[in-house]
This record gives sequence, C-alpha cells and structure tokens, in this order.
Amino acid sequence: MTQSPKLSNPTLISVRDLTVGYGSFILMKSISFEVKAGEICFITGGSGCGKSTLLKVLMGLKSPKMGQVLYGDEDFWKADANARQAIKRNTGVLFQSGALWSSMTLAENVALPLQQYTDLSQEQIAELASLKLALTGLAGFEDYYPSEISGGMRKRAGLARALALDPAILFLDEPSAGLDPVSSRHLDDLILELRDTLKATFMIVSHELDSIFAIADKIIYLDNQTRTIQAQGDPRRLKEDPETALCALDFLTRGAAGKALEKSNCEKTGS
Amino acid sequence: MISDMRIHVDSERGCLNITVGGTWRLSPERPEEIQRALQLVNEPQITGVLIKEDGLSTWDSSLLVFLVQIVRSARERKIALDLQLSEGLNRLIALAFEVKSQQGSQRERHLPGFLEGIGEKVLSVFPRLTDFLEFLGDVVSALSRFVLGRATMRKQDFLSALHECSIQALPIVAVTNLLFGLILAFVGAVQLTQFGVQIYVAGLVGIGMLRVMGAVMVGIVMSGRVGASYAALLGTMQVNEEIDALTTLGISPVEFLILPRILALVLMVPLLTIYADLMGIFGGYLVGTIMLDIPPVQYLNATMSMVKFSHGLIGLVYATMFGFVIALAGCYQGLRCGRSAQAVGQATTTAVVHSIVGIIVMTAIITIICNVLGI
Repeated sequence: MTQSPKLSNPTLISVRDLTVGYGSFILMKSISFEVKAGEICFITGGSGCGKSTLLKVLMGLKSPKMGQVLYGDEDFWKADANARQAIKRNTGVLFQSGALWSSMTLAENVALPLQQYTDLSQEQIAELASLKLALTGLAGFEDYYPSEISGGMRKRAGLARALALDPAILFLDEPSAGLDPVSSRHLDDLILELRDTLKATFMIVSHELDSIFAIADKIIYLDNQTRTIQAQGDPRRLKEDPETALCALDFLTRGAAGKALEKSNCEKTGS
Repeated sequence: MISDMRIHVDSERGCLNITVGGTWRLSPERPEEIQRALQLVNEPQITGVLIKEDGLSTWDSSLLVFLVQIVRSARERKIALDLQLSEGLNRLIALAFEVKSQQGSQRERHLPGFLEGIGEKVLSVFPRLTDFLEFLGDVVSALSRFVLGRATMRKQDFLSALHECSIQALPIVAVTNLLFGLILAFVGAVQLTQFGVQIYVAGLVGIGMLRVMGAVMVGIVMSGRVGASYAALLGTMQVNEEIDALTTLGISPVEFLILPRILALVLMVPLLTIYADLMGIFGGYLVGTIMLDIPPVQYLNATMSMVKFSHGLIGLVYATMFGFVIALAGCYQGLRCGRSAQAVGQATTTAVVHSIVGIIVMTAIITIICNVLGI
C-alpha cells in the first residue's frame, strides 16, 4: 500500500511561474507547483500539452523562457556550472525509449555514471552495476547489448542506469509505455519500493490511469487549451471533488469511461 | 556527506555475526572488515550468519551491495541466515533476489583463437556471398519489373535521389577533377618537356580523363558522398522499423527504396563523368597554356586530334558500372544493417570501403576486357 510522504517532508522541487516554449511559440505558461521529498508526482494531460517538455526543463535539458526551477533553495537555471552539476549528480533519468548506449553492454551502461562521478574501483563499480540490474529484475544480463534484449527489458535497464548513483530525484518519461499490464504493474511496485526504501522522489510523465491511481501522491494536470496547469493534488481526492471534475478529472474519468466503453464493445463483438 | 561506515564482524561457534552501523556512502575506501566478512562467509566452519544493525543512520547502495553479497554466499552454501535489519533493507535485499538469474542468460566471454578466427571468417564467406547474390537477384527482378512498368516506386523518391546525386554533387566533382587534371598535366609535363614534346600533355590529360580517370574520380567522390548516405539512411530506417513496416504492407523495400536510388546513380554518374572530363581537360589546359606556354588554339587542336570518340564511350561504360556498384554497396549495407546506432556506423563505413574496392576491381576488369578486345 502507498505510504504517502509525511506533510512535514521538506520541499524538494519548486517550480515558480514557469513559461516554456519554442521560438515565439508559448507551449505552457504560469506553471507553478511544489514536490516534497519522497513524493511520487505524475505529470499528465492530453497528447501535445507539453508534459515531456516540462520534464526536460526540470531535468535541465531545455531552458525555460521565464520562471524558476528550484531544487531546495538553488535556482537551477541561474546556478553556476558546478551547482548544476551537483544537482544533476543527484537526479536519475529514464527516457521514453530507454536511451541505452547501443555500443555498451547493460553492465557498462549502468557503470558509466559511476565511473563519471565516483572514485570507486572497477570491481566495486561492477558489483554495483550487477546489484542495480538485479533490483530491476535483470540479473544475469550484464553482458548483453541493448539490441539483444526486449523493449521492456531495455526500459528496466534504463531504470537501473537511472538508479546507478542512488539519486534523490528520479525523472521517468512514460515508464510503462509499451509494456504489458503485468510488467507495468511490476514497475509500479518497484517505484513504490524504491520510494519507501531509498526515499527517492519521483517525477513521472504518464497518462496510465491505473498507475496514477495506484501509486501517485500527486498529479499535475496540464491542459491543452489553456496551456497551463488546470488541477494539481492527490488524484483520489481530485476525482471526488466536484469542483475539479469538469477539468482535469474529466480527463481521468473520461479515460476510465472510455475503457469501460471499449470493454462493453468488446463484449458485444464477442457475443 | 562524510562516510562513517561502522561494521563489526566476529564468529563464534560456527556463527558469523555481522553488525552494521553509522553512515554508509559510496566511497573507494571500505573498512577491511567487509573483506573479512566476505571471506569468512565462505569458510567451511561457518554454519550460520546473523546480520543486524546497530545505530545505522543513513545508507546507500554501498551497504546494500555488501549485504547482497553476504546473503548470496549464504544462500549458495545453504547455511542458516538471520537478517535483523530494518524493513527497507530487508525489502531491497528480497527485491535483488526476487527475479532469479534466468537460465542460459549468463554469458561466457569467449575470444576465438587465431586459427578459430580464420576458420570462422572462411565459414562466414559462403553465407555472406549467397546473401549478396540473393540481394542482387532481388535488384535484377525489381529492375525487370520496372522495365515492364510494374514496379512500386514513387516518382518523388526518384526525383529526390536524382537531385541528391546530380546538382548537389556538381561543386565537389568540379573541384576534384579540375585539380586532378592539373596534377596529371604537371606530372606529364615534367617528363615530356625533357623530350620537347610537351604538346602531348594535351593527349595525356584528354585520353586519361575521358577513358578512365574522370569516371574513377567521380566514382570515389560519389561513394563517399552518396553511397555512405544511402547506407546511413536505410540503416536508420531499419533501426526505426520503417523497412519492416513496408514489408508488412506487402511492399518490396528493394523496389520502393532501392530501385529509385540505383536508377538515379546509374543515370547520373555517367553525366557527372562527362562534366568531370571537361573539368579535368580544363585543368590540363591551364597547365599547358600558362606553364608550358602552348598557344590555347594549338592545345585544343592537339586534344581534338588525339582524343577519339571511343575513349569517351569507354569512360561512360566505366561510369555506368561504377554508379551501379556504388548504389548496390550502399543499399545492400543499409538494408542488412543491424538494429543499433553502432550498426548504422558500421554499415556506412563498410558501404564506402566496399564501393571503392568495387570501383577499383571493376576498373581492372573493364581495362583487361578492353585490352583483349583491342579497343
């Protein structure tokens, strides 16, 4: 069962009045939210609303047009190179496709961040890489190349790489896209496990409703039309709140209704 | 944060007691007790392991990796194991052993010996050769379908392939061939001036460029420019499953993707060769008139009288064959590319190497045939 982080946990990420866009095009504006340490926060919304772009701004891959992204008290986009490096050292990223380096084995993929940021011996690094792969269910696949394993395994290896440095914050871009329901469920369990044991904070881009209701402490719903956050908070509470039912949870409930409709259609076709 | 790993290891009456505490952070320096514990757990007199924590504040993977190693050894030896640890640690240890290493997934790194390596190479020649012949067969059948007007080929693809290997290639073909004409004339001039027959520079450059060198130069430039780009493009399409998408639709990738590229190169390399020949002759003309003081009209007359129409035709035969070889090498490597970024790089390199080797081999073959036929 989800153990929601205590309200007393310190705020780890604060985003204040962020505006994001490409060239003269404004993709999102007035984005403000806070994420506490140990929270599992989902960024969700319709296709093309800028979920992945927002994640890129948080990860430091794309600069915002305006606004602040604070890690603790440090403004990432105003910090000097060393401070940024320190923040990046404390974050792990799982890209949508896994983004494993194809010329390296899985163990080498996981080992690279450790070689880059620590002075550990080769032996220690190899042990750690094996451990991370075992934690994500890939024990014994150390010497495989990414092209030799399945899509789901690539994703798990990507997560092992993201975990390499025991980061405080993990960014996951559509972690369960393309996974079967069982693998997707396992991934949710793993995320919960890592949050509860390693006290990691998760920022996840996804529109998997099952995952959202199963593990999210907080959702941030971005709206295509207004180009801003339309609702944020505990998804279970938002779903019951009649005030928000018209906007964000319209998406959630309609998503659920859509599924029910699909199911009934299937049954009809079946009969 | 400073690492303050505390660990106490002792063994009494066959039981290994490990107590961990303090702050565990990834660090190159590890307490010697860790190594001792890892050795002791494998000693035959140890029949049980007890791990407990005492004053453990914060920890990371450094503690976890140590505990997992101890637990693994204890499990392998099937000895009693008692973990008196916090819930979080217990759960992570359980997670590390949850999915068992799949049978057969472990790999042994095997480096073939010298003779084994040669054997493997020799054995791989035949399958590769049959694979290439199969591809060549597909190309020939696609060409015949094209002649019959039944090929699935988009006009736009053909036009864009034409564009890529024609107008876009003009500047580089001009520069390389102009300079090559200059070099050829310079080298000839040094020798011919000694006999006072420097006018023959016109014939040397004219015949040399028209008969073979113009085509070879265009071939080499095009294999680097276009052959490599074909391999990279088709290789990336292979990685993105675009080629699979065509196949599942019942569209032949050879007809749809490769035919327009082969046709474009076979058509354009001869035309570029004519242009290259003119540029090379112009290079020779510059050396002849400026350096050797041959009057321009005399140089041109000498070129016209020494060069025969058949020289130009033979050059075009070379060029047509080169166009085919470059397109074939680039497309074959692209289509047979593996599904990774590294494989695309390899396919591109191999395409260029194969097309240049192919050009040289083809030159030798046609030259010998011309020699035998006396043309």
